[in-house]
Amino acid sequence: MAKNAWPSADRRKNIGARVSRLDGPVKVTGVAKYAYDVKRENMLYAKILQSSIAVGTLTEVDTSAAEKMPGVVAIIVQKDGQGNLPKISYAGDMVATVAAETEEIAMEALKRIKVSYEAGVPQMDDKDPSKASGRDQKKDQGLDDDNLSADEKLKQVFAAADTVSEGYYGLPIITHCSLEPHGQVTEFREGELYVWPSTQNVSGYANGLTRSTGLSADQIHVDCQYMGGGFGSKFSTDKWGEVGAQLSKQTGRPVKLMLERDQELTTAGHRPSAFANVKVGVKADGAITAMEVHAWGSGGQRRFRIPPTPYVFTKIPHYRTLGQSILTNRGLTRAWRGPNHPQAALITMSALADAAAALGMDELAFFKKNVGLTDRAEVYAEEMDVAAKLIGYREKAHLRGDKTPGPIKRGLGMSIHTWGGKGHNSTCAVTINPDGSAVGRMGTQDLGTGTRTVIAIVLADTLGLNVDEVRVEMGSNALPTSRASGGSSTVGGVSTSMRDASTNALNTLLDKVAPELGVPAEKLEAWGGRIQEVGKPSNSLAWKDACGLLGAMAITEQGANPTSDGTNLTTGGVGGCNIADVSVDIETGIVTMNEYVSVQDVGLVMDEKTAESQLYGGAIMGITYALFEEGIYDPTTGAMLNKDMEFYRLAGMGDIGTIKVHLMRGPKYEDRGVVGIGEPAVLSQGAAISNAVANAIGVRVPELPLTPDRVLDALSKGGVA
Amino acid sequence: MSAMENDQAPWDMSRRGFLKGVGTGAVATGLMQGATDAEAASALRSGKPVGPGAVPITLNVNGTHRWLNAEPSVTLLDALRNRLDTTGCKKVCDRGTCGACTVMLDGDVVYSCSVLAIEAQGRKIVTAEGLGTPEAMSAVQESFVENDALQCGFCTPGFVVATTAFVRDHPNATLEEVREGMGGNLCRCGTYVGITKVAYDLAKKGDA
Ligand code: FES
Ligand code: FES
Repeated sequence: MAKNAWPSADRRKNIGARVSRLDGPVKVTGVAKYAYDVKRENMLYAKILQSSIAVGTLTEVDTSAAEKMPGVVAIIVQKDGQGNLPKISYAGDMVATVAAETEEIAMEALKRIKVSYEAGVPQMDDKDPSKASGRDQKKDQGLDDDNLSADEKLKQVFAAADTVSEGYYGLPIITHCSLEPHGQVTEFREGELYVWPSTQNVSGYANGLTRSTGLSADQIHVDCQYMGGGFGSKFSTDKWGEVGAQLSKQTGRPVKLMLERDQELTTAGHRPSAFANVKVGVKADGAITAMEVHAWGSGGQRRFRIPPTPYVFTKIPHYRTLGQSILTNRGLTRAWRGPNHPQAALITMSALADAAAALGMDELAFFKKNVGLTDRAEVYAEEMDVAAKLIGYREKAHLRGDKTPGPIKRGLGMSIHTWGGKGHNSTCAVTINPDGSAVGRMGTQDLGTGTRTVIAIVLADTLGLNVDEVRVEMGSNALPTSRASGGSSTVGGVSTSMRDASTNALNTLLDKVAPELGVPAEKLEAWGGRIQEVGKPSNSLAWKDACGLLGAMAITEQGANPTSDGTNLTTGGVGGCNIADVSVDIETGIVTMNEYVSVQDVGLVMDEKTAESQLYGGAIMGITYALFEEGIYDPTTGAMLNKDMEFYRLAGMGDIGTIKVHLMRGPKYEDRGVVGIGEPAVLSQGAAISNAVANAIGVRVPELPLTPDRVLDALSKGGVA
Repeated sequence: MSAMENDQAPWDMSRRGFLKGVGTGAVATGLMQGATDAEAASALRSGKPVGPGAVPITLNVNGTHRWLNAEPSVTLLDALRNRLDTTGCKKVCDRGTCGACTVMLDGDVVYSCSVLAIEAQGRKIVTAEGLGTPEAMSAVQESFVENDALQCGFCTPGFVVATTAFVRDHPNATLEEVREGMGGNLCRCGTYVGITKVAYDLAKKGDA
């Protein structure tokens, strides 16, 4: 009888191995169909008209000229809940949508819609905390005192410190910039709706359309086999989902509505900015005693939540954090990979590195000295050693300010981070057929993380088969429900439900096989393509022969996370350590990545190859936000000025230097079960690279991205220049 | 789906009208066997103004002649994707920055968003679909899978085409040359490490 636990190391054939992703071949040959590629018979193309003003009201939307254009089939003007023209809260808000015979006609028609506005004055400033509104967010630790107020106590603990360092740090609003834009194809057939969306939420997507369509969720059929990136921005159906469905209903034709690139950048997701004044109190030996963080920032029209500071070093004896939210007229923020953690890492780890520099102490030694102030001291200490070794810390490290002559200064910087990543709720069904074929079915999605492959790995290892001997069906809401992919919760959720279902299915099979092999089912295992007696592999049946005993009846069993028997196969809470090695040209201000090391604890690794890809990809995405990414908005009009990929820059192949990744393995880590890796991969880069630049040039560049102008500006105020 | 289904230009010559005009049954399948590349090219070179309405266009895509009817302003990318359902090439930036739309034109790597469909007549267009199939991948495609040089895969077909041309043109390229030469394509998921390895290894082997 198979146990509902992860197999022991000697019974993991595919789990933890280097398995190539199963959808690789269809992706590299261009035949994988994304929502963006779906083409239906008689399909219309829809395009969105966005508001050019950032705040105000629409007074009139005149679509008459556009309607007259041959090829224009339908136009929908946005309305608010009361049926009035909507209020505008950012430049890029949806105004109207045209469905036409071709993309070109739809685009042309947009130009013929006349929009009248009453424009207000946008509030774009997210750097001035006096613009904050709403309740302050405050948290104190270790400031209780019988004789002193918390304010007095805070003063006292800083007064008792040997050194107090102060700094200002910040990072701007950035966007998700998924290469496949948001959107979907919709089609009504016999009163039911078929949708091909680009989504991180296959099972839950239909719920967003029930109200506007009047259909029940089971009359809405969602299919998303491949999707071109989401990073936290593709959970909901969005206004364009509703409008697309409405256009399909109205016209009786399939409608494709995908955002244009500029719309993707202005509208489809932002990461909130964060700025902070930070004070750190340390003892002469490097022990951190106190920290004070005053942070503010903007999530557009959504409330800014203070990043979790002090980050990772949550056991700093005395601290106060104060957070203030500034509303600005920017597009809505959406979860961006590891929400609020990159901000928290930058604010905390920069301030700590500056404290180490103020003491004249080596950064790594300082972080190690204080590792007891984290929740995972042993893990971080071990990871710091691994990372230091990989980057050659001992040979390369120097105190702040590279003293070598010449304009090129080199430096190292580090950061540590944490994330949860416990598996989400997931259900799944596994069928074993009499012909030996096996299929796992689950309404989950693969964002490019390798989910499809992980599911197959678990199914194969449970049944003792090879990955290519099992089949996975996913990406449809007709399949057993699985939660949205967010917060690195997918791998733990889907691998647990799949292990549960496939174990249940296998046990049913073992019951049938037991009499044939003359031993109780408890004594049987699936291994190497056979069902065999544990410890006596000669008493066995080939997998196909064993399944043949099923006669005409296939086995289908369910599984879930949480599991029915309460076994826990996934856990949360991981730590990682990153170190960056950069060169800075102090004449041009250009920062060059030499090397980047990412060391990560992820529990039981399911697929080493795709897990490493998450670390590589996270490092690159992090390098991108550290060096290049920034939404730039006109302070007067509120318009986003760099809403294209030329000026909203992503790192290219030549911008990233050499990247080394390392997954912590071995029983100590693996016995914890499965933990997600998507977010942990991308949390530390801003902090580590900013610290490396400070180490190189001897002065902090306070804000990301670390562009030449910012570097030169910082150098004009001090440093090695 | 055939190329015929969605390429009406409703305010101009109707598709039906055009079909009558050319009078061949072959077009109904989306393949035009009558016209050759040379004929198409010479029609373009004739210097007669074309457009602004839809014009007949013949494209040689992955070794097959495809016919469509589109305005002269339609890009090769839009023609491939929307008219011919060749969707390996993706539209991401639509202005020559990202490389997601990369195809080969007579072996040269181009951004298909920056080439007009009418200009591509008479030239051999190769997309990722034309380099291999899931069952019979090219060496570059196989190496992409082996090195996990893809995640979401949206940038991948463009990268595959760019890499194929790069390793063909740069035997024994150094890492520096790879990083520089492949800088015309962007990936959001961060798959450059794998792609660098693909290009470097295959350029060394010289067997793309
Ligand atoms: S879509 Fe052509 S280069 Fe970006
Ligand atoms: S693999 Fe997702 S954009 Fe490159």
